Amino acid sequence: MKTIIDIATLKKDYHVGEVTVHALRGVDLKINEGEFVAIMGASGSGKSTMLNIIGCLDRPTDGTYLLDGVNVAGMSKNERAEIRNLKIGFVFQSYNLLSRTSALENVELPLMYNRMITTKERRERAIAALEAVGLADRMDHMPNQLSGGQQQRVAIARSLVNDPVVILADEATGNLDTRTSYEIMSLFQELNSNGKTIVFVTHEPDIAKCMTRSVVFRDGHIIREEDVKSRLNAAEMLRALPVEQD
Amino acid sequence: MNPGNLLKVAINALKRNKMRSFLTMLGIIIGVASVITMLAIGQGSKKSIQDQIASMGSNMLFVMPGNMRMGGIQQGSSSSQRLTVADIKAIKAECDAIVAVSPEVRSSGQAVSGSSNWPTTIYGGSEQYLDIRSWTVVSGRNITDTEAEGSAKVCLVGRTVADELFGEGIDPTGETIRFKSIPFKIIGVLSEKGQNSFGQDQDDVIIAPYTTVQKRILAQTYIQSIQMSARSAEESDLAQSQVEEVLRRTHKLRENEDNDFDVRSQEELATTMTSVTEILTILLGAIAGISLLVGGIGIMNIMYVSVTERTREIGLRMSVGGRSIDILLQFLIESILLSVFGGLIGIVLGFAASSIVEALTSWPISVMWGSVILAFAVCTVIGVFFGWYPARRASELDPIEALRFE
Repeated sequence: MKTIIDIATLKKDYHVGEVTVHALRGVDLKINEGEFVAIMGASGSGKSTMLNIIGCLDRPTDGTYLLDGVNVAGMSKNERAEIRNLKIGFVFQSYNLLSRTSALENVELPLMYNRMITTKERRERAIAALEAVGLADRMDHMPNQLSGGQQQRVAIARSLVNDPVVILADEATGNLDTRTSYEIMSLFQELNSNGKTIVFVTHEPDIAKCMTRSVVFRDGHIIREEDVKSRLNAAEMLRALPVEQD
Repeated sequence: MNPGNLLKVAINALKRNKMRSFLTMLGIIIGVASVITMLAIGQGSKKSIQDQIASMGSNMLFVMPGNMRMGGIQQGSSSSQRLTVADIKAIKAECDAIVAVSPEVRSSGQAVSGSSNWPTTIYGGSEQYLDIRSWTVVSGRNITDTEAEGSAKVCLVGRTVADELFGEGIDPTGETIRFKSIPFKIIGVLSEKGQNSFGQDQDDVIIAPYTTVQKRILAQTYIQSIQMSARSAEESDLAQSQVEEVLRRTHKLRENEDNDFDVRSQEELATTMTSVTEILTILLGAIAGISLLVGGIGIMNIMYVSVTERTREIGLRMSVGGRSIDILLQFLIESILLSVFGGLIGIVLGFAASSIVEALTSWPISVMWGSVILAFAVCTVIGVFFGWYPARRASELDPIEALRFE
């Protein structure tokens, strides 16, 4: 099995005025292709810092990080931008779609920053990604014409469009109700079963149970790392939910 | 991002805020339109003065008697009687940059014909006088050299004099008028010239042989001024120095003595006259330029607001692979588009305003292409200059912070 993320003795310090905050105090983490990993922990545990470093938005103070076999720990700002463009897909809690911009154009965005992709190819890939998340009929809708779940689907399509080696989701269900959360998780599970590697930050144990492995952070350390034993199927959970009569 | 995509993104961003984009552009529009209009008005008034000076004569130079010292007492120039027919002969013989020379003597008085009379000025000149002063004869003929030197009692009349003495539009050639009791036979009528830049009616003249005016009217032997034409406008300076040299010799001036005459050229007069309008043009242009600057600051202000407002968008663009340079260019292109597009509208508006001013005031307005190009270039520079700092601030944002921005 191919290792997508290989992190060893990773440290991250922040300087806030005179004080040095140790956000990560030496973390080792390996994520293989096809895994669906939950990163959990209380706020301030270092999980967000971890995600930012995995996503090449931030660079570690010390330690090594190989992404898809490439050492990205020492890369410059522009090199990291290129890595993000080619290898990483982000899904945020608050969707972060461009307002007054159609779903299709939102999905096209990452490919706009890739000079190798033509306008035609960009459009085709964006349409394919929207079809993959089940929004083929909403392509020309603006974000304000879509529900929260649909907006998150557009964001997922955007994270898929550059065919990344890993999708990073930061509390992607945090703004959604239970039903919609399971819909989104069902979509993630479907993507995962098609071979996508996903790293998912959450603090909801229910959501974490939809994944294959969970990693728990506390005070800058990984305190627990275990495979999910009785994995939940989000689609089944969705069917089991009582239908609201209102 | 490639240039086409950058442009598309920038245009979309501006379209999303149509009202704001328009209001931002308004500063530039007004600035550019006023620069163009002000410069056009300045240029127009300069041109009209130049035209009027050109109508005075062709490549004209003139010699006036200057101040002179007699026994240590400074004399006024009007009391000077230093210019003579001998000076003219010397100039004619020696100055090769001069193609025509004529004396000028003048006298004001009442012209009488039958029961009508009219106050006017009689100018005495030679045959070449008309050419030098850019006058043509519309009916009849010019004064001949024989008449000019033989004190013949003939004259040419300007349109105003003809109208006042004989009636509107009547050709008085062949009639006789009296000026200070001397009868003159009218041998021709002058073409119309209209007012000069001092508001003087240039058609209110009688032109007669200089000898006639000298002897029969003024009873003097000196002449009041010498009028000349240089071969070309370029040779005007050369002609001026040649004339000075000749006159210093004929007037027997020693090395250390000041000239007792003044040689002026039409060019000089034009420069003096237009320098005033030039200063005015610069002043108007500068005021308009300030409004352009204010417009530029307006763009900068809006770009700052826009960057703050779109912090999350910037964070997102960075997280999906936008490099600093992509973000910088995106905002820079937006501000350049605002200023250039505003500039284009301003140019159109400037042309419109210029023609409105022209229609309302009948000043000769001419839009300078230089000012259009200048305004356009300034707009682009404003776009880059005032867009730079906001765009740079956007490009230097930290994607993590930007994504978290509320």
